[in-house]
Amino acid sequence: MCRVVDVRQAVLARNDGLAAGLRRELDGRGITAVNLLSSPGSGKTALLELLLARAAGRGVPAAALTADLATENDARRLARSGAPVKQVLTGGLCHLEAAQMRGHLEGWPPEGTRVLFVENVGNLVCPAAYDLGEALRVVLMSVTEGEDKPVKYPTAFGLANLVVLSKTDIGGAAGFDGDAFAESVERVNPGVEVLHTSARTGQGVDALLDRVLAVCEGSRPHRPPLAGRHLREHRHEHGHEHPRDHPRDHEHPHAHPGGPGALPGAGLPAR
Amino acid sequence: MHELSIAAAVVESAQDTARRHGASSVEAVRLRVGELSGVVADALRFSFEVVTEGTELAGAELVIEDVPARARCAACALEFAPGVPLRLWCPECGEGATELVAGRELEIVDVTLPLAGASCDGGSAPQGERQGGIV
Repeated sequence: MCRVVDVRQAVLARNDGLAAGLRRELDGRGITAVNLLSSPGSGKTALLELLLARAAGRGVPAAALTADLATENDARRLARSGAPVKQVLTGGLCHLEAAQMRGHLEGWPPEGTRVLFVENVGNLVCPAAYDLGEALRVVLMSVTEGEDKPVKYPTAFGLANLVVLSKTDIGGAAGFDGDAFAESVERVNPGVEVLHTSARTGQGVDALLDRVLAVCEGSRPHRPPLAGRHLREHRHEHGHEHPRDHPRDHEHPHAHPGGPGALPGAGLPAR
Repeated sequence: MHELSIAAAVVESAQDTARRHGASSVEAVRLRVGELSGVVADALRFSFEVVTEGTELAGAELVIEDVPARARCAACALEFAPGVPLRLWCPECGEGATELVAGRELEIVDVTLPLAGASCDGGSAPQGERQGGIV
């Protein structure tokens, strides 16, 4: 005999709840968080170095939180821009979670910071499932990675508010087919903007910073169709239960105050 | 391979439910996993076994219900299967203004607990429950 307790709760409800709280908190502190996702080696750090430098050049206080499995190399590179930088060592974990973010945002970045770039772990699968409280999710891919990558990683690219193509300076040498890539992005994320960038030539870096600053100013980023409307809603345990596989009248001949099918002392309302 | 983190979150939630309902073990956990949730069912089952070891969920069954992806066109309201590989354009009117309505679920539906002092394989009604409701 057993009882079945309805839960109806998102598995990542805790992460989503923390992320929603972070979003509110960051908003209150005047900080816009940008979550940068890509495969390893697609050029997040190089692009971020430039973004931090350009932001400083425009007088926009920006900071970066960079996640890495094992090294602090990226933080050292980014710190050369003079911006406040923090390294998150995930210790082998393949993605960042909201709880880790929160741990690093107590008293940091400094007051007055307007943009917080979060460089996620290089991975296009797992980080896509974790909301970090960001206002803008940017998914990056370089010209050497294959034009159909967005279709191969539909969740990552499908949930992007903005898609960035990197290393465009070597696109010719890599034989990159821009039309096939654009079509691949459109398939999974109709209407999303794609920016072409190169950290070598500086192409597209200012445009990317413009998009980020527009969100800081309150403009609404592209809403990906994959995000849906009803799917991120929070659900909480209803707290009622029902017996399974047996007629309750027979198994519970003596009704108790918890009502039909409920067990007393189980933290349930009495009616 | 974030299935391990997912499994840990499932176990945490099921433990919480079991405790709140006064159960010391869990018989089964039922999940709804969307086609586009990014979770691999086999990897999740494996992780679940690893994570439950030595907890009150040891030996609990993980029941996974697959949820197919569905999208709706904002222009003509057609509901369609966006397919694999994914294509979120309306097959009817060619419109890109669509919205996923199902397929990213990753949700605990319910948790099956033994009646205190009994197991799910049909034992007798529990006797002398400390909580006193069933006699």
